[in-house]
Amino acid sequence: MIDDFLVRAALAGIGVALLTAPLGCFVVWQRLAMFGNSIAHCGLLGVAIGVLLSIDLTLGVIVVSLALAMLLIGLQGQKLLPQDTLLGILAHAALAAGLLAATWVGGTRLDLMGYLFGDILAVSRADIAWIFAGVVMVGGAMLYLWRPLLSMSVHEELAAAEGVPVGVVRAAFMLLIAFTVAISIKIVGILLITSLLIIPAAAARAFASSPERMIVGAVLLSAIAVLAGLGFSVQLDTPAGPSIVLMLTALFALTVPLLMRQGAR
Amino acid sequence: MSPSIAVLQPTEPAREAVSIRQGPSLITARSVGIDLGGRMVLDRIDLELRGGEIVTLIGPNGAGKTTLARVLLGLLRPTRGAVTRIPGLRIGYVPQRFAVDPTIPIKVTRFLTLGVRARPAAIASVLAEVGASHLANRPLSALSGGEFQRVSLARALIAEPQFLMLDEPVQGVDYSGEAQLYALIGQIRDKRGCGILLISHDLHIVLGASDRVICLNRHICCEGVPETIAAHPEYVRMFGREAGRAVGIYRHSHDHEHDLSGAVKDAACCADHTHD
Repeated sequence: MIDDFLVRAALAGIGVALLTAPLGCFVVWQRLAMFGNSIAHCGLLGVAIGVLLSIDLTLGVIVVSLALAMLLIGLQGQKLLPQDTLLGILAHAALAAGLLAATWVGGTRLDLMGYLFGDILAVSRADIAWIFAGVVMVGGAMLYLWRPLLSMSVHEELAAAEGVPVGVVRAAFMLLIAFTVAISIKIVGILLITSLLIIPAAAARAFASSPERMIVGAVLLSAIAVLAGLGFSVQLDTPAGPSIVLMLTALFALTVPLLMRQGAR
Repeated sequence: MSPSIAVLQPTEPAREAVSIRQGPSLITARSVGIDLGGRMVLDRIDLELRGGEIVTLIGPNGAGKTTLARVLLGLLRPTRGAVTRIPGLRIGYVPQRFAVDPTIPIKVTRFLTLGVRARPAAIASVLAEVGASHLANRPLSALSGGEFQRVSLARALIAEPQFLMLDEPVQGVDYSGEAQLYALIGQIRDKRGCGILLISHDLHIVLGASDRVICLNRHICCEGVPETIAAHPEYVRMFGREAGRAVGIYRHSHDHEHDLSGAVKDAACCADHTHD
């Protein structure tokens, strides 16, 4: 089985595309990219805590991400600072703390670069199990939240006036982002994960005539980019995470003329 | 000199009929106050909104009009006092003109059913009612101001509301479209018998279409039927003094008026836009 690791990588990549692309469309619609980014930045802290407590590292990342998400949900109403400034402060503090904690507790045992930029070629069966369990859970939750989520993406006040509990739905959605980011970090890494949320959605916009089609398009484009990036990485011996992100960016760049034509109409 | 107010439609003969048609009280506010960090945004608001009645709420920017709408809708809890809505009241809401994020690919028919499920026939009928049948398959982000307001109105109507809350429904609509929209709002009331609260900064046209006018500036300054409200001392105090800066400040119903220099005269109450 010479290509066993490649099959695992491809499976993991497709799983992550299924997980991140639909959520990513809502992230783009609701302008929550910065939030996703902040959650990702605390991933390393989760790894360190996982090592410290000798628990599954993915579980460590999930716990820390959910905790930070809940903190951010609680801070949504604050008026002391602009929301993106606060997110930026927390993100970088969490990343710095994570880097310190990881070197401290992990020493040489931790593959720091792997967590920062992803190591899809090293995914284990357990990682794949996490990812597909995530696909089922996040997918189920998204289907359940579909109508209220879409309604409030278009207009929050209107949705609220029509009886959507917008606070609860948004909190649930933010927890879903945190969970998704946490289990996808292994693939493209802390510093690149947000791209898997945002770029497929942005690229799919050019073709989409309905929210559902945009999501299907985003999943397809994401899966294509993951597989192409993987192939690129294996052929030219480049790091896989950045290769995937560049493939996504290339796909997005191809759609820009189309978007511009739509904008000019 | 009291400001001249043009009445868009001849509403005089209809006045009696309207008051007879007025239905039961739907939403009641009792000495409602909103305190935002020590600043009273709304103070001692007493208000009763009934079925079949068009009430126009006017006031300068920052008067708390939208805040009051949010309180009445139940989106904002009053710091003081209470708002009661009759149980199960169905409210249709047209929020202030908003830009739909062009990254959300959504068509008009889909937009109408985001809040409630509706059969295609119901969607078609409500679009026809607001004169927007031809827009059914257009992307929401490609609509003009007037088209968008009609579609918003259709969305508010699709759940068969007993009460309509319209926040600046003619914002971003050109002048002829404005008159058409007001006429449409009148027709909707006549046909459906629902109560309507119309929020506006535009005095002259609104006044003709409504049964009652309420002037708000954090508190209710004055209240009355359109024909008498303009003479109310509080009204003159609120709008008249600023209006005095230019001569003949109010636009009339048929078109813009121009002063001798050719500049469009504008209603001073519309402090959020100026023509120069």
